[in-house]
Amino acid sequence: MDLLPEELKKDFPLLRRTVRGGRPLVYLDSGATSQKPLRVLDAERGFYERHNAAPHRGAHLLAEEATEAYEQARASIARFIGADPGEIVFTKNATEGINLVAYAMSNAATAGPESERFKIGPGDEVVVSEMEHHANLVPWQELCRRTGATLRWFGLTDEGRLDLDDLDDLVNERTKIVALTHQSNVLGTVPPIKRIAARAREVGALLLLDGAQSVPHQPVDVTDLDADFLVFSGHKMLGPTGIGVLWGRRELLEAMPPFITGGSMIEVVHMEASTFMPPPQRFEAGVPMTAQAVGLGAACDYLAEIGMDRVHAHEEALIAYSLERLTEIPGVRVIGPGTTEARGGAVAFTVEDIHPHDVGQVLDELGVEVRVGHHCAWPICRRFGIPATTRATFYLYNTLADVDALADGVRQAQKFFGTA
Amino acid sequence: MQLEAMYQEVILDHYRNPLHKGLREPYEGEAHHVNPTCGDEVTLRVHLAGSGRDARVADVSYDAMGCSISQASASVMSDLIIGKSVQEAMAVGDEFLALMQSRGRDVQPDEDVLEDAIAFAGVSKYPARIKCALLAWMAWKDATARALGETS
Repeated sequence: MDLLPEELKKDFPLLRRTVRGGRPLVYLDSGATSQKPLRVLDAERGFYERHNAAPHRGAHLLAEEATEAYEQARASIARFIGADPGEIVFTKNATEGINLVAYAMSNAATAGPESERFKIGPGDEVVVSEMEHHANLVPWQELCRRTGATLRWFGLTDEGRLDLDDLDDLVNERTKIVALTHQSNVLGTVPPIKRIAARAREVGALLLLDGAQSVPHQPVDVTDLDADFLVFSGHKMLGPTGIGVLWGRRELLEAMPPFITGGSMIEVVHMEASTFMPPPQRFEAGVPMTAQAVGLGAACDYLAEIGMDRVHAHEEALIAYSLERLTEIPGVRVIGPGTTEARGGAVAFTVEDIHPHDVGQVLDELGVEVRVGHHCAWPICRRFGIPATTRATFYLYNTLADVDALADGVRQAQKFFGTA
Repeated sequence: MQLEAMYQEVILDHYRNPLHKGLREPYEGEAHHVNPTCGDEVTLRVHLAGSGRDARVADVSYDAMGCSISQASASVMSDLIIGKSVQEAMAVGDEFLALMQSRGRDVQPDEDVLEDAIAFAGVSKYPARIKCALLAWMAWKDATARALGETS
């Protein structure tokens, strides 16, 4: 098995702490947020200790250094996904990145002719899927509500894959944008993006990918992705909270009206009206989250040095092992693909006759921290006719022993509630 | 282990054999409450005899989906308040709310008032689970307000 060395865990101070009566921590909730290596903590602290100032304004030395650090971070992040730094827009998180595009599309109605491509109204369609995180569903519901456009979606197969049977009907000449997860946060499913991208291209629709769960866990190169937009969150990939990224093709960003307006995104301001900067500054109003960007830049460098192909292989080994260990327990049902093929590191499951909340409580008592509930993707639960699931998510610092602790914990829960 | 403190036998018994479960007629007020963080749901009906705060709780019926804590709480609650006046039942609800908000500290719950509901004391130490224990109580308050015509 292609596992990363266990010493790696030492880079993460938090993973050394104990929980619930001195038990070692087994952190299996990286899909919600990841832990941070010293390298990232040092980068953020170092920025505040030596270079802190507002970037892209002021002409003093610290302002120069802060601007340099902020733009260096942008360059590191761009390199990490094979993009041009000018195509990297900093946002609060992936959610804000999606809202930025959705609101830019609303705003296009009253913007100039250069925004024609983004205009949307009655008769137009937006396509999502039944496996979207609420972050990639609600902003599109709201866009459709504001503009009179129609929301449509891909259904799921029983195995938790996208049902592409009606691809040509769903994505058609009326489709303005297709917004899809690049890796499901519940099922782990990685949809066949190339096929969908080809169809979107054919009908002239835009394609936005929610990379919140893919960019942290698999090599992603935007030049190979065939997408128009990609969003992701820093905190899920070893970086700080409060920083995320919207990547967009340059010509699209250039034609897109702004979402949030204010300082530092303007060119010339008069009392009557203003003109805006080119991207990415056009989309970064206000003093940005500079230290957080620096932290995310350090996280990208850290991950790149290890190698995302190795991170991916490591997680694949953990998923394979967890699928094996969990499915051998009577009463456990994994929701999502049963193999590692086109599947990332989220393993959601139900335990017969024990509610996920109660499974999670027993696991927590044993120091195993998982997520329980609908994981901000409620329609998936409805699709599979279950109220909620227990979900384990993995990252580079997890080990086979962590998977054993999970499986043993599930058996303990069954013992405690007398179902096995 | 802390687990036994939380999952008292009383709670597990009510979970496995819930009392008063199922939606029944007649009723004057109904409420549907969800816990948006986990998806737990309860639909609860209140049937009152008489009017105003002196009315008697003639029946509480419910349909619920959720964890052992939320299910057991609905069962314990309905058994506790059926037969009481609305005013008395509200007082029990207030006592239960105080217990849940105690975070396991500095509280002397009145066992005479709470009866089986005292078993939920351990739950108050787990902030993430308090909402589970309160779900049915909140739905009951809401349904009762509707039955009394206090809200639309």
